[in-house]
Amino acid sequence: MASSASSSSKFAARLRRLTRRITPWSALLPMAITVLLGYLGAALWSLRISFTSSRTFPADDFVGLMQYERLFENERWLLSLQNLCIYGLLFILASMLIGFLLAVFIDQKVKGEGLLRTAFLYPYAMSFVATGLVWQWVLNPESGLQHSMRQLGWAGFTFDWIIDQDRVIYTVVIASVWQASGLVMALLLAGLRGIDEDIWKASRIDGVPAWRVYLSVVLPMLAPTLATVFVLLATGVVKVFDAVVSMTQGGPGTASDVPAKFIMDHLFGRANIALASAGAMVLLLTVLILVAPFLYARSRSHAAGQGGH
Amino acid sequence: MNKNKRTPDRRSMVAVAALLAGMLPALAWAQAKPAAAATAGPAPRAEVIHWWTAGGESAAVKTLADAYRAQGGVWVDTAVALGEQARAVAINRIVGGNPPTAAQFNTSKQFLDVVEQGLLNNLDEVAARDHWDQFLPETVLNVIRVKGHYYAAPVDIHMPLWLWYSKAAFQKAGIAAEPKNFDELFAALDKLKAAGLVPLAHGGQSWQDNIVFTAVLSNLGGRELYLKVLRDRDPKAIQSEAFKNVLLTFKRLQSYVDKGSPGRNWNDATALLITGKAGLQFMGDWAKGEFSLAKQAPGREYGCIAGFGPNSPYVIQGDVFVFPKTSKPEAVKAQQLLASVITAPATQVAFSMRKGSIPIRTDVDASKMDACAQQGLAIMKDKSRQLGNGEVYLTPDQNGAMSDVLTNYWNRNVPVEKVQKDLIAALRSN
Repeated sequence: MASSASSSSKFAARLRRLTRRITPWSALLPMAITVLLGYLGAALWSLRISFTSSRTFPADDFVGLMQYERLFENERWLLSLQNLCIYGLLFILASMLIGFLLAVFIDQKVKGEGLLRTAFLYPYAMSFVATGLVWQWVLNPESGLQHSMRQLGWAGFTFDWIIDQDRVIYTVVIASVWQASGLVMALLLAGLRGIDEDIWKASRIDGVPAWRVYLSVVLPMLAPTLATVFVLLATGVVKVFDAVVSMTQGGPGTASDVPAKFIMDHLFGRANIALASAGAMVLLLTVLILVAPFLYARSRSHAAGQGGH
Repeated sequence: MNKNKRTPDRRSMVAVAALLAGMLPALAWAQAKPAAAATAGPAPRAEVIHWWTAGGESAAVKTLADAYRAQGGVWVDTAVALGEQARAVAINRIVGGNPPTAAQFNTSKQFLDVVEQGLLNNLDEVAARDHWDQFLPETVLNVIRVKGHYYAAPVDIHMPLWLWYSKAAFQKAGIAAEPKNFDELFAALDKLKAAGLVPLAHGGQSWQDNIVFTAVLSNLGGRELYLKVLRDRDPKAIQSEAFKNVLLTFKRLQSYVDKGSPGRNWNDATALLITGKAGLQFMGDWAKGEFSLAKQAPGREYGCIAGFGPNSPYVIQGDVFVFPKTSKPEAVKAQQLLASVITAPATQVAFSMRKGSIPIRTDVDASKMDACAQQGLAIMKDKSRQLGNGEVYLTPDQNGAMSDVLTNYWNRNVPVEKVQKDLIAALRSN
C-alpha cells in the first residue's frame, strides 16, 4: 500500500484536485436539475398550455391569446389583481414599519428579551390555515370582537370589516401583518446587532438624538437586510392564498379574491388548466417586471464593488 | 364508536344485528346470481378512490365495502379528503398510468373530458345484464351514457334544494303551517324576523348561494325555464321577465340572513336551526346527518320541504364511480363486479340510510328510511318531476362562472339587468 502510494503520489494529488473541483458542481447538480426542469421547464410548459384550449387535460392546439382575452374580460380576475395591489402595498409597508419598530424596541436591551422575541416571532411559526380560522372567528361580528365589546358595554362598537365588500381585504392585511412582522423583527434585529457599538458611542459624544441616528445612520447601513426582507415579503404577496382561503374563502362573494385563488379554482375545481395557466403567466410576468430593475441594480452595484478590488 | 370496542354491550350487538340484517338481502342476491360469486381464481381486488371521509360518509362507504366483500372481492380503500383533491389524485393517477380500479366523481360533466380522452372502461355489459335502462332516472342515464356507452356506475342521489325548518322557531314565531309557496315563505320569514330570530340560516359561500338560487329557479321559475336556462343556456330565457323575477326573489331572500352569514359553513347554519335560533335553511339532504347527530328527527323537531306545490321538480345531484381503462382481465372483472354490487337494491338502501341520500332506484324497500327520504323516493317515481342540478348540464367551468356572477349579486348591489347580461356571458363560454 505504502509503496504504491508513493509511486503514484503525483497522480493522487491530481485526482484530489479534480475531485475538489468536481465536488461543488456535483453537489449543485440536483438543485440545478430541479431549477431547470422543475421551475424553468414547468414555466415554459405553462406558457405553452396558456395558448391552447386545454380543459382537464393538456391539448396541443393553438388558440393564440384567447385565454388572455377571456382572463382580462373576467371581472373576478381584475378584482383579484386590484386586491393584490392593495394587499401588497399595505402588507409590505406595515410589516416593515412594525417589524422595524419592534426590532428597535428589543434592541434597547429590554428585560425579558428572549421571551418577547419568542412571542413576536411565534405567529410566524404557526400555519395560516389554523391562525386564519382564529382570525375569522375574532373578526366575525356575531361572535367575535364586536360581540364581546358590545357585551362589555360599548353598545356602539362596530368592527365588521370581514363582512364588508369594500373593507374585507384590509382584514386579510391585518392578519398577515400580525404574522409577518415577527419575522421582519428577527431579521432586522440581527442586522441591528451587527452594527458597531462605536457608532453609537460616537453619536452620543456628538449629542445626536437616537431617532436621528436610526434614521440617518443605522437604516442606510441596514440596506442589504432591508432588501432581503422586502424580497421575502414580496414573494409572500404574490403567492398569498392560505390567508384568504382560511379567513374569507375569497368572500363575501368574490370581494377578497386574489390571483392565486383564482388560478387554483380554475386549475382544479373548474377543470380549465388553460385559463389557469394564462393567469399564472400574467402573475409571473408581473413579478419579473417588478423584480428585474431591482436585480439589475444589484448586479450593477455588485460589479462596481468588484471593480474596486 | 370506538368506546364499545372492548366490551360489546347491547347497543353494539344491536348494531351488528342490524348490519347482518342489512346484508342478508345482499347474500340472497348473491345466491341468485352464482355466476358473479363463484368465479375461480384470485379474489377480484378493487382499489377505490373516494372523498367520503366525514363520520356518516365513511360509515356509508363501509356498506359498499362490505357488500363487495360479501361477493368475494377485496376492497382497498383510498380515501382522499375534499372532492377537488380526490378528483385531482384520480386524474393524475389515470394519466400517470397507475389508475385505481374505480374513482368517485359527481353525477356531472366532471368526467366527460376523461371519457373523451378514451381513458375509461365502459360498463355496457353490466348495464345490459342488470337492465340499468329500466330503473335508472333519465337524468342520471344522460350523464353516465356518452355516445351510447355507459361510463359510470351511479352510487347515490342527493337533492340539494331541500328547505329545512325548525319547529321550535316556527312555534315561537307563531307560524302554524309550513309554507307552500313563495308568498307564504316570505310571510313566514317576516314573522320569524318579528320574533327576533334569524329568519334564513345561510352560509355565505358561493356554492351555498348557488343552492338558494337553484331552489328559487326550480320552484318559482318551473321546469321549462329551468331547462332553458341551465341546459340550453338560452339568452332569450335569461332576458325574460320570468327569469328576472327569479333573480329578484333570490336577492330578496338575502335580506333575511343575519350579519354573521358571510363565510359561514353550512353545518354551522344548520346548527342555528337545531338550536332554534333560526327558522329556515335551503340545503341538500346531507343536512339530515347534522340533525341526527343532535338526536333530532324529521317531523318531530324539524321539517323538510322538497319543494312548493305538487309538481315541484326534484333536482338530482349525486355521486358515481368511474372505472379507468385497463386491459388486465382480473381488473376488468373487479370493475364489473363492483359496478354490479353498488347498484344492487340492498346495497343502495344500506348506503343511503347512512349517507342521507336516496337510492338510485325506486324499486327498493324504503320502509326503514326516514320520512324525508321516503318523501323523496315517492317524488322520484314521477319522471316528469326529475331534473338535474346545474353541474349535470353545465361544464365545471360554466358552472363556476355562473356561480361567480350569482354570489356577486347576492353580496353586492348590482342592477338585475347587469346580472342577466353577465349570466349570458358566463354561460356562453365553454
